[in-house]
Amino acid sequence: MEQVIVTNNLTKKFGSFTAVDNISFYVEKGEIFGFLGANGAGKTTAMRMLCGLSKPTAGSGSVAGYDISKEYEKIKKNIGYMSQKFSLYEDLTVSENIKLFAGIYGMPLKKIKEKSAQILERLELTDRKDTLVKYIPTGWKQKLAFSVAVFHEPKIVFLDEPTGGVDPEARRQFWEMIYEAADNGITIFVTTHYMDEAEYCDRISIMVQGKIAALAAPKDMKKEYNAATMDEVFRKLVAGTFNQE
Amino acid sequence: MKQLLSFIKKEVLHIIRDKRTILILLIMPVVQIMLFGFAMTLEVKNIRVAVSYQYGDELAEKITARISASEYFDIVKTINNPINISSYFIKEKIDTVIVFSDGFSNEIYKGGTPAVQIINDASDPNQASTVTSYISAIISSFQNEIAGAASPVRINTELKMLYNPELKGSYNFVPGVMALVLTLICAMMTSISIVREKEFGTMELLLVSPMKPAYIIISKIVPYFIISTINLLTIIALAVMLLDMPVRGSFTLLMGVSFLFIFVSLTVGIFISSLVANQAAAMLIAGMGMMLPVMLLSGMLFPLDSMPKFLQVIADFVPASWYFTAVKKIMIEGQGFMNITKEIIILNIMLAVLVIASIKKFKVRLG
Repeated sequence: MEQVIVTNNLTKKFGSFTAVDNISFYVEKGEIFGFLGANGAGKTTAMRMLCGLSKPTAGSGSVAGYDISKEYEKIKKNIGYMSQKFSLYEDLTVSENIKLFAGIYGMPLKKIKEKSAQILERLELTDRKDTLVKYIPTGWKQKLAFSVAVFHEPKIVFLDEPTGGVDPEARRQFWEMIYEAADNGITIFVTTHYMDEAEYCDRISIMVQGKIAALAAPKDMKKEYNAATMDEVFRKLVAGTFNQE
Repeated sequence: MKQLLSFIKKEVLHIIRDKRTILILLIMPVVQIMLFGFAMTLEVKNIRVAVSYQYGDELAEKITARISASEYFDIVKTINNPINISSYFIKEKIDTVIVFSDGFSNEIYKGGTPAVQIINDASDPNQASTVTSYISAIISSFQNEIAGAASPVRINTELKMLYNPELKGSYNFVPGVMALVLTLICAMMTSISIVREKEFGTMELLLVSPMKPAYIIISKIVPYFIISTINLLTIIALAVMLLDMPVRGSFTLLMGVSFLFIFVSLTVGIFISSLVANQAAAMLIAGMGMMLPVMLLSGMLFPLDSMPKFLQVIADFVPASWYFTAVKKIMIEGQGFMNITKEIIILNIMLAVLVIASIKKFKVRLG
């Protein structure tokens, strides 16, 4: 399989504090890769380096075949991004948001029209396309934000805690969309702190204090730590790290 | 280019959808012109005057009639006994009392030393000194007349107020309001709209997109540039039509200098946005940090020349004070390009420094 994300000893320091400490991993094309860790474990910093928002202090990495320290402008064209904060403009309508982001990625007008009609249909938002986004229920907004993030058909999409504050039913629908995108060959890189969501991923890595403490498929990880749920695995891992100190 | 256009469209939509703000932005200059033009005037009018002279004093009566004829003064009381003057200030809300000495006319006819005392309510010092100089002028012109050719030496002072013969306050505050409104809209609104993206997290989204940072900034600037231009034209139109403000110099030059100042203020806004993390801080810095210096140190309300040296030095760093001077020179004195080169050069230097500083700040944040 083609490896679309590769990192080698990737490190980011802020002064004397090491936020990301020598992490190395890869993600394959079409994979759903879960990036887990407590708040402050270094997830967001690592992800920002992969998206070209932040330069690594040491180590190297590539995304979609481009070097993250040098070719970040090229990387930006090949990725989609959806952040934990809501990532659409609330005072624009549904279709204005779609057009705006499609326009930013330089898509041709005709294609924008065709595809936005498809997506509105798929999300059952066709008759609400002229509604301001702030009047749309949260679960729907999240699905719309994801559709916008993959609208320009990126190779990889980064999702930073995409399902925060969403009810279980909407979360399930959201994950259906993720699977569909992955089936279409889009690689999904997702951070989350819902441990049940971790089980939906093909492989997961768990970050503790800037390092990758574990990386495997969910079922292998549960076997290794002799745990029934991912939540238990996570608690054992974090406790283990503290005991070592 | 298509990227840029779709982004400018978004900024315009943000502004149009926020109806309250756009209304304030468009109405603010009108309200300020009205306020400064009609309500908050520094000119002295309708001063309540009481006069005191000996009953039947011919010349004192004549002078009183002249004072009363002036539009500045209303003679509300004539008294014949200058005792307990202070009680008039309290009871009758008198602003000024003029007391002629006993036998005022006689003293003049026989070449003695007649005396006039002017007593002012100086709780408003500006008004008191203006009133004093007006009354003195009336009395001395009268004196010259009655002295006639008989007087051995006569020095006639003739006053001529250049550029603003009627001493209109509007000549000072209209350029001030222009500086104020442009600063507020350009610096404050631009910084708020950039910081809002940071606060809501949408800035991240834009930075991971292939959108060039320069495009993000340009599209933030364009709508406010348009609004500022509309405001500028509104202010000038109102000032000319309602307040008889002249535009003696070249209109093109006036617009040129104004556009330069708009660019300086927009860059100030961008610079502020790179310093702060939330909208409240941006508003505070742009609002207080920009508005107060513009009002106090541009020369709009208080003349810079009479300020302490260190305040004058600070004022030199306020872009609005240079713009203010340039606008006055163009609109009121009718000066041409050659006479405002200093202001133009300084504003250009400020623009260059701010642009470099903002670019540096932006890069640091990305690293």
